[in-house]
Parts: sequence; structure tokens; C-alpha cells
Amino acid sequence: MATEASMAVRAGRGARGIGGFVVVTALTFLGLLAITFFIGRVVPIDPVLSVVGDRATQAQYDAARVAMGLDRPMVVQFFDYVWSVMQGDLGRSISTNRPVADDLLRVFPATLEMATLGILIGVVLGVPAGVWAATRRGEWVDQVMRVFALLGYSVPAFWLGLVGLAIFYAGLGWVAGPGRLDIFYEGLVPARTNVMLIDAALAGDWSVFWNALSHLVLPASILGFFSLAFIARMTRSFMLDQLGQEFITTARVKGVPEWRVIWVHGFKPIRVPLITVIGLSYAALLEGSVMIETVFSWPGIGNYLTTALLNADMNAVLGATLVIGSVFILINKISDVLYRVLDPRSK
Amino acid sequence: MSTRDWLLDDSPATLTQANLGRAWRMMSALMRNPLAVAGLLIIVALLATALFAPWIAPESPVGQNLQARLLPPSAEHWMGTDELGRDIFSRVVYGSRITLMIVALVAVISAPLGLIIGAVAGYFGGWVDRILMGLTDVFLSLPKLILALAFVAALGPGIENAIIAIAITAWPAYARIARAETLTFRNAEYIQAVRLVGGSHTRIITRHVLPLCTSSMIVRVTLDMAGIILTAAGLGFLGLGAQPPLPEWGAMISRGRTFILDQWWVATMPGFAIILVSLGFCFLGDGLRDVLDPKQGGEK
Repeated sequence: MATEASMAVRAGRGARGIGGFVVVTALTFLGLLAITFFIGRVVPIDPVLSVVGDRATQAQYDAARVAMGLDRPMVVQFFDYVWSVMQGDLGRSISTNRPVADDLLRVFPATLEMATLGILIGVVLGVPAGVWAATRRGEWVDQVMRVFALLGYSVPAFWLGLVGLAIFYAGLGWVAGPGRLDIFYEGLVPARTNVMLIDAALAGDWSVFWNALSHLVLPASILGFFSLAFIARMTRSFMLDQLGQEFITTARVKGVPEWRVIWVHGFKPIRVPLITVIGLSYAALLEGSVMIETVFSWPGIGNYLTTALLNADMNAVLGATLVIGSVFILINKISDVLYRVLDPRSK
Repeated sequence: MSTRDWLLDDSPATLTQANLGRAWRMMSALMRNPLAVAGLLIIVALLATALFAPWIAPESPVGQNLQARLLPPSAEHWMGTDELGRDIFSRVVYGSRITLMIVALVAVISAPLGLIIGAVAGYFGGWVDRILMGLTDVFLSLPKLILALAFVAALGPGIENAIIAIAITAWPAYARIARAETLTFRNAEYIQAVRLVGGSHTRIITRHVLPLCTSSMIVRVTLDMAGIILTAAGLGFLGLGAQPPLPEWGAMISRGRTFILDQWWVATMPGFAIILVSLGFCFLGDGLRDVLDPKQGGEK
């Protein structure tokens, strides 16, 4: 009986946890919408002009004003806005003259491709580097890692991109230049997923695949550097916490080999917090890609956003902001949930 | 009694003596950390450069000389010249003023804003807390750079709008810290004592709550400086921040983009200035945290 009661209590708590999670996530999205609404309708002196552009005729202007419902109360406008966003309507872009939602769907895979390769580089190099620094605390490896991590907070991404292009593309010729493909490879493979590497592999066209990879490797490595710096630093501090525990000393006294002490006894418990860290840096990479894409003329969401910014194309700016913000929130919340599910202490 | 003994006296006679003694202890702890000293030196150098720019820079930051276009770094032009023949070193020197102005204004706007919001939320609790922290969390869960970009897009390009946009995205972190600090002492006896003698809420918050939040706030603001500099430079790079011919470092890199393959120095040199100054703030922030806020440990 007692166990059943406690089970029920626990299940109830779990349900409340999930319900609370949904409510909090929904409220965060509503907050995001409120911010983009505020930026789009309240901040500009003339919201109509910021949507239609300054080359619009008076008739277009009036039509847009009525279509945007600017003659109605602010609260009504806001709920209209939320409603249309929920239906996937983000308005029309003045520079591409197409629905913003379609544009975003088309460009997002390019960003996803670059950020994913970036986070892979960051995790594959960053986690071992952090563990290594932790086992050599205070030695030169640790010092080098420290400076490296601080550089990750101090180097402008766009500058590193330009310097990378000057060295590895113009100087050494190791990688391809800006863009996703050389011009004579374009349109050779059908765009199934818009992720160039997958499309090329699906089509079995390996020359396109290698060309795409050589375009991708530099921007992805630069993005990877920033997540590497962060992931290595966090791994190091988690590892140091673990390695100072008594069970590590016990394992060593029992004669467990050092690699086993580090990778099994030490590393296993930090996998859960590491997932959160990796999730956070993945989200940060999506943000960092805005600058990198501009430098590398990478046709992703960041490039779309900056082009829209320069054309004062407000619907496109807000649409891109919404999408990046939503992905950011989702990744944050998912890593939160994963943490709770995977951490045995939270059960 | 020497000055040092007076400063380190365990039973200071006056408030001034106690404060000076505390400052002295912090200073000497900071001086034992080589990275923090390096950071402090870099920032002092930045301040000096900004202050004495007209005497340090050999040439005018805006004067053009089309006969000396795109010259590589040499004894005469340490960092070379740009596409209008302007001395890049002089522009970088004058650019320090813009960078300093941006970080100072962002800090002056966003730190007090976050401090007050967080302290009010923590002090009153209940619904005030829930609403203010809900707002803070929404801002915190959004990407800062994107938010700043969107704000600048709505406000229009320009250095003032860039500063406003960055400040709008920077305050939530400070609100969180101020709230956490306030929660630890809102029920302390000395706060209740002030309340008993009839101190108003405003007086309690401004005189007794806020001062206790400042040390962790200083640490956080210093650590955030690098991020603020990078965001400002990014806005400048995209053409949304400082407008030409202002020698803002990010905008200078953007101008040099066209020449990166042949005249690498135009884009590269301002970048070194950004890195140096950001690193300086990182080093100092790390050191300050170890001194002022030991409970947070040595990690970010």
C-alpha cells in the first residue's frame, strides 16, 4: 500500500513536472512572440514603411496598413500576430517577394549542416581536451587550454573567418572559398534535403560531395573552435570535481588502471551535465553562424537575416529572429529535460 | 604605525579605514594573480590610449591620402594604410575611444537596470518576483546577438541604437544575480532592524540591499565586457553599428573584407585590437571573481 501510494505521488509529481514544463515552454514562446511583436510594431516609427519598404506606392502602403490591422487596438493586433505565426504565416519578404516561412525552410538546412559539423568538431576535440587538462591540472597543457578557452571568448568570429580565408584558402589553397559549392558543381544533384553532403551522398555523386565538404570544413571548424573552447573548459571543471572525490582514490588504491579510473570512474558521472553543456553550445552555434555565414557567403539563415537587415526587410528579420529564437529555446528546454531524465538523482 | 599596518588593522576605528583596508586587501590579492595583472595593464593601456589618442596617433583618423593607398605595414605606417590612404594605426588608436564609450554606456545602462529589477524581485517576492523573473527568463532564453540585431533593425543603424540594443539584451543576467544575492539576505536581522526603525522599502533597497549586490555585479560586468565588445564589433561589421568614417574596429574589419586576399593588414589589424582588449577584460574578470567572489569557484 505504502509503495503504491508513493508511486502515485511520484507519478503525480512527474505529470506536474511535464505539465509545468509545457506551460513554461509555452510562456517562453509567447514571450518571444511578444518581443518580436514589440520590435516589429512598436519600436519602428512607421511599421508599415518598415514592412513595405520605402519604394512602395501610396496604394501599396495603404493596403499593407489595413492588412497589418494597424487601425485596431494593440492587444487585438498582438493576438492576430500570434495566431498567424501559429499558422505558419510570417508575412512576405520585400526582397525575395515570397513568404518568409518558405524562404526560411529553404535556407535553414544549410545552417543546420554547418552548425552540426561544428558541434561534432567541438565535442570530438573538446571533451578529450578537457579531460586531459583536468588530469594535468596546473601543468602547461592546462595553462594552454585556459588561454585557448579565454581566446574563445575574445576573438570575433567574423575576424577569424576572414583570417581563415586569407590563410587556408588564398594562402595555402587547402580549402575551397566562400559559398557552398564551386559554380560548376551547382545544380548537379537534386535538392532532396538541402543538406548538401546528404544530397550528394544520396545521388552518389562523390565529386560534389568532396567539393561541398571542402567548402564546409573551414566555416565549420571556426564555429567548432568556439564550442571547443567552451566544452573543454566545462569538461575540465566537471572532471576536476569528480577526480577529487573519495571513490576515485579508492579505485586507485584498489589498483584500477589509470585510464579506467579516468574514463570509467571519473567520466561516467559527468556525461549528464555534459549533455546540457553540449546542448547549450549547439544553440550558441546557431547564433554564431550568423556572423560566419556572412563572411563565407553561406546561404543559410544567418546570411538571410543579415541580407534582410541591410534591406530593412522587417518581416524577414522578425521571421528569422523567431526561428532562431525558437530553436534556441527548444534546445535549451530539451537539454533541461534530458538532464532530468538521465540524472538518477532527480528521480 | 605604518600606512600598511593602518590599512590592515583588524579593528578599524572608522568606516573609511575599514573600506580602505578592504580595498587594499583586494588589490594585493589581485596583484598575486599574473593574468589579472596582465588584464589590468591592458585596460589601463586602453584608457590611456583613448585619453591621449591625439598625442599617440601619428596621423588623423579620417584624413585621406589617396597617394598612400593600401600600403603594407612599415616603419612609417605600423599597421599599413587602408583603401583611402588613412593610417590604420591612427584609426585603431582613435577607435579605442569608441569601444570604451560603447562598453561604458552599455554597463552604465544595463547594470543598474538589472540590479534594480533583480533586487526588487528578490526583496518583495511573490507576484512581483514571478512577473519580473518571468520576463528576465524570456530574455535570457533568447540569443543575445540575434535580439540585438533585430532591435537595431527596428531602431535603424547607428552607434547610439547599437548601444541601446546591446544594453537591452545585457540586463537580464544582472537581474538574476541581483535577485539571487538579495534572496540570501532579505530576511537577515539587520534588514529587519532597519524595517523596525521605520525605513521605507526604497531606503532598504537602495541603502542596504543594492550595496551588497555590487561586488558580484562588478565581476559579472567585467566578464561580460568581452561579449559586449564582440557584439558591438559584430554590429559594426554588419554595417549596423558605428557608421563611416568613424574608426570603429568592427566597421574597419568590414571595410577590409574586400582586400583580405591581397591586402590582409586592412582587416586583420583592428581584429588584434579587439582580441587584446577583450582578453584584457576576461583576464581581469577572472581575477576579480577569484578575489571578490570565491564561492563561485574558478570556473565559468
